[in-house]
Amino acid sequence: MTITGWIQILVYCAITIAIMPVLGGYMTHVFNGERNLLSPVLRPVEAIIYRFAGIDERREQSWLIYTVGMLLFHVGGFLILYALMRLQAGLPFNPAGQGAVAEDLAMNTAMSFITNTNWQNYGGESTLSYLVQMLGLTHQNFLSAATGIVLAVALIRGFARHSVQTVGNFWVDMTRCTLYILLPVCIPYALFLVWQGIPQTLGPYVDATTLEGAKQTIAVGPVASQIAIKMLGTNGGGFFNANAAHPFENPTALSNYVQMISIFAIGAALTNVFGRMVGNQRQGWAVFAVMGVLFLVGTAACYLAEAHGNDLLNALGLTGGNMEGKEVRFGIPGSALFAVITTDASCGAVNAMHDSFTALGGMIPLINIELGEIIVGGVGSGMYGMLLFVIIAMFIAGLMVGRTPEYAGKKIEAKEVKMAMLAVLILPLMYLGWTAVAMVVPSAVASMNNPGPHGFTEVLYAYTSQTGNNGSAFAGLNGNTLFYNITGAIAMGVGRFWMIIPTMAIAGSLAAKKSIPASAGTFPTTGGLFIGLVVGVIVIVGGLTFFPALALGPIVEQLAINAGTLFASN
Amino acid sequence: MLREIRPAIVVLVALTLITGFAYPLAITGIARLIFPRQAQGSLIERDGRVIGSELIGQEFASAKYFHGRPSATTAPDPDDSTKTVAAPYNAANSGGSNLGPSNKALIDRVRSDMEALKKDNPSTAVPIDLVTTSASGLDPDISPEAALFQVPRVAKARNLPEDRLRQLVAAHTEGRLLGLLGEPRVNVLKLNLALDKLPAG
Repeated sequence: MTITGWIQILVYCAITIAIMPVLGGYMTHVFNGERNLLSPVLRPVEAIIYRFAGIDERREQSWLIYTVGMLLFHVGGFLILYALMRLQAGLPFNPAGQGAVAEDLAMNTAMSFITNTNWQNYGGESTLSYLVQMLGLTHQNFLSAATGIVLAVALIRGFARHSVQTVGNFWVDMTRCTLYILLPVCIPYALFLVWQGIPQTLGPYVDATTLEGAKQTIAVGPVASQIAIKMLGTNGGGFFNANAAHPFENPTALSNYVQMISIFAIGAALTNVFGRMVGNQRQGWAVFAVMGVLFLVGTAACYLAEAHGNDLLNALGLTGGNMEGKEVRFGIPGSALFAVITTDASCGAVNAMHDSFTALGGMIPLINIELGEIIVGGVGSGMYGMLLFVIIAMFIAGLMVGRTPEYAGKKIEAKEVKMAMLAVLILPLMYLGWTAVAMVVPSAVASMNNPGPHGFTEVLYAYTSQTGNNGSAFAGLNGNTLFYNITGAIAMGVGRFWMIIPTMAIAGSLAAKKSIPASAGTFPTTGGLFIGLVVGVIVIVGGLTFFPALALGPIVEQLAINAGTLFASN
Repeated sequence: MLREIRPAIVVLVALTLITGFAYPLAITGIARLIFPRQAQGSLIERDGRVIGSELIGQEFASAKYFHGRPSATTAPDPDDSTKTVAAPYNAANSGGSNLGPSNKALIDRVRSDMEALKKDNPSTAVPIDLVTTSASGLDPDISPEAALFQVPRVAKARNLPEDRLRQLVAAHTEGRLLGLLGEPRVNVLKLNLALDKLPAG
């Protein structure tokens, strides 16, 4: 641990907080349909899309139609991406001559990208053509991110409006989000990344002759344009197999820092959008504070564990923390902070191999995902995930004092609580259930890269990450098998859409309710008591759900390391 | 609900073309104009031939060069395509070892690497980055300690004074950005290129 390391972390928090109200204010304008700085350029493009699509932008939709539109859109996106991967061998922009992607891998990857998971059973540079990377993956990076954001906005509108049947127009929200928010940030961002050293070319892989005379084939491609949206949209799917650890995805300490800032930017700004739309920015700050507390605890724990290092290696006389699976230019603080951010958000990009983290250091990312990725969270999905927990927390508070719970001027009633519980319970059912199934399937067990409890953690992490639509991995697990491709795709689909549909039902139900003014009996939702209550509910619900599984994985591994036990493959 | 099908198709196609085609191609065009070197992969040429990229590590085995970190990258086995073989610094298939902290294979590998390194320099503690694989398998950098650790071996192989090499390492050490971000490091390829340019001792 170093003072510089802690300062890096604190400066990171300061920058994130400074960006939040600015971006939040702008996003509120965009989703309220107001003119803004970019309207002169983008308004004509927007109008043409609406005209060809036959969209009346003033006609809003009920929550059900909004959701159906979203689902239709995803079916289309899935089919395009699947077809591109299967047909890439015969399509242009394929200088490395990549062949068709196998059916099950193509299905898993397509599901992974439409759900904002970006799980990598594929190895980018060894599997996919430039056309698939651009037209398939880059475009889904935009659209799955935009989907998360607009769904969160629809839920926020449910709180902000009263006595109406509609929550917005899905087509208008998607178009405006992509054109006014994501693209304008990505264009300068991608160029910044090129400046830092990320390639952006359609030329073939480079053949070099090294100083010692060996041949080295260096994979390049249109990388920077994809990395910008991969981070900003908390997608996390790499152009290369090693993801953000690859020097061509993350060449410098500065690119690393900016990438970390961009992972949190939109998710954090949405708490501000929430505050603005419900008419009290302090409501937004209170939600952000809940996230902040959990973030700081996780970061400190992960940094301490990694800086302490692996006791089994320290015993050989090595010092300097755990550097297995980390890059020198990022070091321990730059890797630990990145691991926490990418799993707090539902990003899933990795700049170090989580599989090689210490037992406790690697447990923190796992916990972050299992808590539901609500600590800032994926763009949009973190916000609606957090609001589901707020609903449950307010329900529990209401039970304690015997009053109908209220939040942001809305009564929280049976329907909202049922829907929130449905959404919150589906996640553990998927990741614990599939992990249990994998443990009794011999071929699934054979995919483990590490023996002993660490192998169990690899499988638990795989399903947790896919269910949570994170996409990071304990990457030693060979997930590219029929079993993992199919069960993983199911986990990703259920984890995404089973969250979304109840959330949208809540949005519709809240929008239809009357708004009630705060009275002396209203529980204040902007203070320390509220923050503590929500943190408590998250930790208790989460802890009860997955603590037993953690005990079988990382915790028993740490105890074994303390006792000096090694595990060998047979 | 049927009337949502037309907007679904039109919006999907329009946004696909904008974000999946126009955007990456526009960035490619602008990048070629304003950052042509980086856009191609920051390649280094010597005598008109590409010898690598300054951002991508390469394998060094000879005693007269500074070595990078161990690399866990693999390549398909030429005899059996379902298997892979070790291929350090394979820049067409990046990746780490993914060995867990309690894995005997990790501890054994580190121990034997340490023993080999100690033969070259018995008096200095082995820096941890020299015996751990990087996440990408393509790490272009080592810590300044790891470079200094190798000075006695390289000096002997090249018949150069150790002080001269220590100066060279110091000149190629990059500090933290603004004194804050990242870690001090030495780019191995650039260091070795400078080494080749030194007049023989």
